[in-house]
Amino acid sequence: MTHVLGLICRECGTKYPAVMQSTCFECFGPLEVDYDWEIIKDNVSKEKIASGPRSIWRYADLLPVESENRIDLGAGFNKLRRADGLGEELGLDELYILDDSINPTFSFKDRVTSVAITKAIEFNAEAVGCASTGNLAASVAAHAAKARLPAYIFTPSSIELGKITQILAYGPKMIPVDGTYDDVNRLASEVADLHPNWGFVNINVRSYYTEGSKTLAYEAAEGLGWETPDHVVVPMASGALLCAIDRGFKQLENVGLVPESNVRVSGSQPLNCAPIARAVREGTEVEPLRNFETIAHSLAIGNPADGYYAKKVIDESGGSAAMPTDGEIIEGIKLLARTEGIFTEPAGGTTIAGLKILIEGGHVQNDERVVVYVTGNGLKAQETLMESLHVPTAIRPSIGAFEGVFSDQKVVNEVV
Amino acid sequence: MVKIRFPSALQAITKTNEKELNLKETSIRSVFEELTKEYGSEFERIIFDDGDIRRFINVFVNGENIRHLSGLETEIKDGDEISILPAVSGG
Repeated sequence: MTHVLGLICRECGTKYPAVMQSTCFECFGPLEVDYDWEIIKDNVSKEKIASGPRSIWRYADLLPVESENRIDLGAGFNKLRRADGLGEELGLDELYILDDSINPTFSFKDRVTSVAITKAIEFNAEAVGCASTGNLAASVAAHAAKARLPAYIFTPSSIELGKITQILAYGPKMIPVDGTYDDVNRLASEVADLHPNWGFVNINVRSYYTEGSKTLAYEAAEGLGWETPDHVVVPMASGALLCAIDRGFKQLENVGLVPESNVRVSGSQPLNCAPIARAVREGTEVEPLRNFETIAHSLAIGNPADGYYAKKVIDESGGSAAMPTDGEIIEGIKLLARTEGIFTEPAGGTTIAGLKILIEGGHVQNDERVVVYVTGNGLKAQETLMESLHVPTAIRPSIGAFEGVFSDQKVVNEVV
Repeated sequence: MVKIRFPSALQAITKTNEKELNLKETSIRSVFEELTKEYGSEFERIIFDDGDIRRFINVFVNGENIRHLSGLETEIKDGDEISILPAVSGG
């Protein structure tokens, strides 16, 4: 007996078999994986998870995959870490970080890609692909290389050089497009539609793909000794990650791995591209944006497909949303690096800056147990930070030159 | 001539992924009226919810989302290409 019954439309409830499809043919609503929760409850246990692989696959009983032939580069199990340095700086008693900048391709996308490409292979896909702002592109290219599948990678041509370098190293068919992410996504969707045997991870394999992000909730709960946090702060682009984390906590309650709770879910988006955060703050509908410019390229989605649901999750859970400026995002990157030794990209800076704003606004309470998600590595977007850093002037290789700069460190040893 | 591209989600009704209509100056609303004449009320039911295009459908004219143009009143001219696509994304 399989624990995956098929797919179900989130809007109208129409059911479909488990195939490569992400849209309901009745109402165009998004399809979700339909699980048999009785089978999952019978199979899953804390002990089984504890003895499982040190990756997202320790939660395999809760993921929509049947095959044992997994495309696994080792995503996940990045261990929740207590962040007392950052917590002290921000005035929080109990702050934790789940650091996905250390994943195999240095972003949280490895979680979703590992699930999606394993699933695409179950469906005998001839190739894989994605529309991406860079992080997903690298992850798909890497997992496709491991799976020996051709990968068609669509990105805006304007993404960071570090991301382009990393993507090309894995040898995919990269298609840089002159346009925004939304233009790229439209083109990739049209190409995916013309090639039904290609598994585009965030298009026709999307229903399975988003399930990989739930492991960020599972890992947080496992790290807290199978308890839930009071509040989580999540970066938002399409809103899919935030929804998946919320779903993950609810599923853990459903199968009895954590006590019933109400995790408050808050999101952060860069001020210059904040269609979801603005809708939350202003109590309006999520309105798509056409023209915007932000240093947080990986969050630059003007037309967020899951925006409607992300706003609903935030509103219903009692969370809030923040919209840091580009300057605050840079400060967020530096603050995290300075207090916790974690170097993140602007998306992570957006989350840290957002956390700070939410605390200052009274939306995150000082005594809450807070988990913040750092989703990408700073080495991918170095040029963003360089402009705001002071590179020290080089000195001659002599003690005199060193002491000229650090005169307060001058040491004189007198032999008596 | 105006070209319309249909996603696989509509092809059970349209039986094709592409259709050309002999239209000149008109609006997106009129294009959908023509398509409803061609494919029947089931086509209209899937595209529209309470008179508006469903939330999870994006309609593009020459690559521009009509939500950034004039919505259903967006003007269409000879040679335009229209794409109907499900809303999916995630960078």
